[in-house]
Amino acid sequence: MLKTKTIMDVETIRKDFPILQRKVHGKPLVYFDNAATSQKPKEVIDALDFYYNNYNANVHRSIHQLGEEATAAYEKAREKIAEFINAQYEEVIFTKNSTEGLNLLAYSLTSGLKQGDEIVISQLEHHSNFVPWQQMAKHLGLKLKFIEINENAELDEESIKKNITKKTKIVSIGHISNAIGTINPVEDIARITHENGALMIVDGSQAAPHIPLDMKKIDSDFYVFTGHKMLGPTGVGVVYGKKELLEASRPFLYGGEMINEVKFDDTTFNKLPWKFEAGTPNIAEGIGLGVAVDYLTKVGMQNILNRDRELLDYAMEKIKEIDGITVYGPKERASILSFNVKGVHAHDVSQILDSEGVAIRAGHHCCMPLMSVLGISATARASFYLYNTEQEVDTFINAIHKVKKIFGV
Amino acid sequence: MDMIELMYQENILDHYKNPHNFGKMENATVHHHEKNPLCGDELDMFLMIDENKKIVDVKVHPTGCAISVASASMLSDEIKGKSIDEVKNMTKEQILEMLGIPISPVRLKCALLSLDTLKNSTLIFEKYMRK
Ligand SMILES: Cc1ncc(COP(=O)(O)O)c(C=O)c1O
Repeated sequence: MLKTKTIMDVETIRKDFPILQRKVHGKPLVYFDNAATSQKPKEVIDALDFYYNNYNANVHRSIHQLGEEATAAYEKAREKIAEFINAQYEEVIFTKNSTEGLNLLAYSLTSGLKQGDEIVISQLEHHSNFVPWQQMAKHLGLKLKFIEINENAELDEESIKKNITKKTKIVSIGHISNAIGTINPVEDIARITHENGALMIVDGSQAAPHIPLDMKKIDSDFYVFTGHKMLGPTGVGVVYGKKELLEASRPFLYGGEMINEVKFDDTTFNKLPWKFEAGTPNIAEGIGLGVAVDYLTKVGMQNILNRDRELLDYAMEKIKEIDGITVYGPKERASILSFNVKGVHAHDVSQILDSEGVAIRAGHHCCMPLMSVLGISATARASFYLYNTEQEVDTFINAIHKVKKIFGV
Repeated sequence: MDMIELMYQENILDHYKNPHNFGKMENATVHHHEKNPLCGDELDMFLMIDENKKIVDVKVHPTGCAISVASASMLSDEIKGKSIDEVKNMTKEQILEMLGIPISPVRLKCALLSLDTLKNSTLIFEKYMRK
């Protein structure tokens, strides 16, 4: 095992993730599909188990010991998440995932818009931050505009300025591209958006797992992320929103929990954050995400970021030594390595890597518009996280050589 | 030979690198395009069908992974000279047998894109004949 330069002890961290012990096709698992979903530490898995075994009850409604314990744990998780992103407790709304969060915002924030009002997204967006806006625009007669990428696959500065104007009402931009790893200047875009009197949303699905987040510093109006990519369980995500804006916004889902008083002719809504949380939530998962956030905080987000860079640099150097590899995306990037092997389709790359125990993702990564801009239909994508090692990168590189050997390229 | 070498055997790779009946056809009786939205594999199939419903010529223009391209190539050989009635009820099992390699569940879609394209082509043809 190579010694790492960061103060993080990867070997100790690996012991916390039981799945990393398993073998795939007789080989040790090398999990490089972290941008799709991360693995979970034992603490998180145990938290779900412990909840169901010890205090399973509905939250906010049951006046008995279990109900109180469940409510306290669920709301404690919210508090931890608020702290994790430097926000207030009422500003953290639990959703099912990023997709639901972005739909919530797409429905709530467009309700006051008029025909011809403009929404700005970018060519880099995940379908989750693309299709909701496209469809709202279509139904409400809004205009959807796209910030273009430059030759380095970064958002073009001129295009940002050109597209965000006084006509703009909403800007929604991914913090980090899941397809090619571009890190977008969301603070600058938020400033430009606000200068034009519009609302700024950030899709932080790929950023929350990897970089320290400070809502006060980014100063977007909304920030969306998904628990399962940041060591948490599936089924829980977060919409952060500035309190005064959430207060002014229409709820998205109606039903139980989100109400204050229901009469035959009208309903008043619950206060924040519950106004946006209709129905019984994913209680165990919410609690689990709180535990995941504890874990990330314990390791330190700055350490994770430094370690990501270290491992990415190592992988970049190695992959560039191989003939016939195209790497997509900018030089400065998050720990996402999107590439193609000349003469081999990404699916076949992925399948052969799998035979060596290496799990990557192949395809359009839910970014079909971006793929068309890049002029390709698919890439192979390796994405790293805190438990990955240089030794695993070596296995991955050897597996790429196997691909080339099998295909004779 | 391990599983992966069985899957990517020479025969499959030959079809992938040099698909049979590759290309497009100007005056095809039926031209149909099919796309696998999950992975982006695409296939254009061109059939020249005579008055006896016989497929007298076929061209395929696939883009995608080795499995989907090889499957299109092999299927084009398979159906050439047969009648629409003979091929319209081809099954998944026949395609898998034709490929002759182990296909994992996630790759089934790649393997069967050719069959979907063929089936839809025959449906289009029959609809057109009824008019
Ligand atoms: C940038 C980005 N946005 C949104 C999503 C959607 O996340 P989820 O599927 O958890 O809703 C993802 C992950 O797939 C993503 O990478």
